[in-house]
Amino acid sequence: MKILVCITHVPDTTSKIAFTDGDTKFDTTGVQYIIGPYDDYALARAVELKEQTEGSITVLNVGTAETEPTIRKALAIGADDAIRVNAEPTDSLFVAQQIANAVKKEGFDLILMGRESLDFNGGMVHGMVGELLGIPSVSPVMTLDMDGFTAKMTRETEGGKESIELDLPFVAGCQEPIAEWKIPNMRGIMSARSKPLNVIEPTGNDQGATLEKYELPAAKGAVKMVSADNVQELVDLLKNEAKIL
Amino acid sequence: MSILVFVEIAEGKIKKTSIEAVAYATAMGGEVTALAMGDIDQSELAALGNYGATKVIHAGDSRLNDGVILAYANVITAAMKTSGANTLVLANSSLGGSVSAHVSIKMNASLVSNVVALPETSGDFKVKRSIYTGKAFATVVLNKANKILAIKKNAVEIKETGGTASVESFEADLSDHDFLTKITGVQKATGDVLLPEAEIVVSGGRGLKGPENWGIIEDLAKALGAATGCSKPVSDMDWRPHHEHVGQTGVKVSPSLYIAVGISGAIQHLAGVNSSKYIVVINKDEEAPFFKAADYGIVGDAFEVLPKLTEAIKAANQ
Ligand SMILES: Cc1cc2nc3c(=O)[nH]c(=O)nc-3n(C[C@H](O)[C@H](O)[C@H](O)COP(=O)(O)OP(=O)(O)OC[C@H]3O[C@@H](n4cnc5c(N)ncnc54)[C@H](O)[C@@H]3O)c2cc1C
Repeated sequence: MKILVCITHVPDTTSKIAFTDGDTKFDTTGVQYIIGPYDDYALARAVELKEQTEGSITVLNVGTAETEPTIRKALAIGADDAIRVNAEPTDSLFVAQQIANAVKKEGFDLILMGRESLDFNGGMVHGMVGELLGIPSVSPVMTLDMDGFTAKMTRETEGGKESIELDLPFVAGCQEPIAEWKIPNMRGIMSARSKPLNVIEPTGNDQGATLEKYELPAAKGAVKMVSADNVQELVDLLKNEAKIL
Repeated sequence: MSILVFVEIAEGKIKKTSIEAVAYATAMGGEVTALAMGDIDQSELAALGNYGATKVIHAGDSRLNDGVILAYANVITAAMKTSGANTLVLANSSLGGSVSAHVSIKMNASLVSNVVALPETSGDFKVKRSIYTGKAFATVVLNKANKILAIKKNAVEIKETGGTASVESFEADLSDHDFLTKITGVQKATGDVLLPEAEIVVSGGRGLKGPENWGIIEDLAKALGAATGCSKPVSDMDWRPHHEHVGQTGVKVSPSLYIAVGISGAIQHLAGVNSSKYIVVINKDEEAPFFKAADYGIVGDAFEVLPKLTEAIKAANQ
């Protein structure tokens, strides 16, 4: 089975969010980048599936050269080779088209990625890639097991979860508890250095939406403290001030 | 402008987030047609008129009772073409996200998810969306003539217009390909109130010490008609089911009231709750970072404070 795992290169979950250039650019000062946590789940599951079924894992990232350490980390975790599409991932449609083009060229049986990226939270690239390739997409996927060419999955819904059966090929947007995040070991890190990382140029420049400006939410007012011996005061505040009860 | 709104059904009722989508489309102005799929009472559909829909089209094919993504995308695309709508509005839900992505390719549309406000349409068509899990917003320009907006919960107020809608049945050509994805079973989440859509959420963290202590969380939730949630380590340790995990890598909630008990307030947890209207924090450590994000706080032992609070709320309800 040939598995493609699409990864994002996103600010660490503890990053301070700030903007520069008249609120049109993300402020990268002091920011550490990581593999998108949802993509990291997808990659971890891909590594387990590869062990069970014999296959290969390619990781793909649409990004500029600075994402290469993140891609190398994915290689250290267990991917066999990597593709970097050399472009800023400014728009979901643009990114989906790059992924679909790569799949058309290389041919993959299973395309995994996170349910959404941690920066823009679009949650739509998996569906777009599926449609561009004319194959089904499923998201958010909580479990994925292969039985020959058939995948058995569970998908989370607001009301609970669905059990799904679907034959390859398809696209899945993953989330926990599909697998536990894997930490690369020393051997992985050493071998990642020599694994192939192919850089290709993007095709087309179709953009669905263009950023105009960023903005931060209004600062929260000070917290009102209530004594633990007087919970009635909290009930009164919720009733009369917040008008909730 | 003609707008199509895709509405989702759960337990024979239109979901509240879908009613918000109808209200959003109505507030945009223009003619609003709603589309529903699968078995549902006609009276439920006609009632969408009360939120501004003038017409409801109903694809009653029973194969559409389950949310099959490809089939739904095809029906929506057909409905957009038939009704001449160039804009689709829907709730940014588990199903809506994937379905809208497929439709965006079929319709060559600009798709924006997590929309938090009405668009500005005086010049370019612009809309504000939440990014960085609610830690910031982006205003984006939609480049294409066809547009899809997936609306985040609580983006608009639901207003009743007193109108009624006509209901028409709708049939789309569906092939076997549309049903490649087989839904073989549906398991309902435990609890009476669903977390992603709840108006009030009571969440517990590692401070509760073990799953056997969740009774005090459940009692408070019950008194408030609230859903229960938890922090990530709590679900990782299997004290609570995974669908209760709130935060940046779990469920993002936007209730009117979020009550956090024995949760320290790590940045990843806060990211999932920062669009709550009011936050109450109960923690025995006055230095817990969660207090900085709270509206109301109590420093105290959850095991003492919660039963008292539950009693006080029960008394207030009477
Ligand atoms: C990539 C990444 C993603 C993550 N995503 C998420 C996420 O989505 N959601 C999430 O929740 N976490 C997430 N985390 C984990 C997060 O960093 C914290 O570890 C976690 O939120 C802590 O959970 P907690 O508050 O329950 O536990 P703790 O941090 O251990 O806090 C327990 C709290 O309980 C209080 N307490 C103890 N006893 C009592 C008592 N008797 N009465 C009252 N209070 C008491 C303590 O004072 C303390 O503040 C993520 C971490 C990473 C690295």
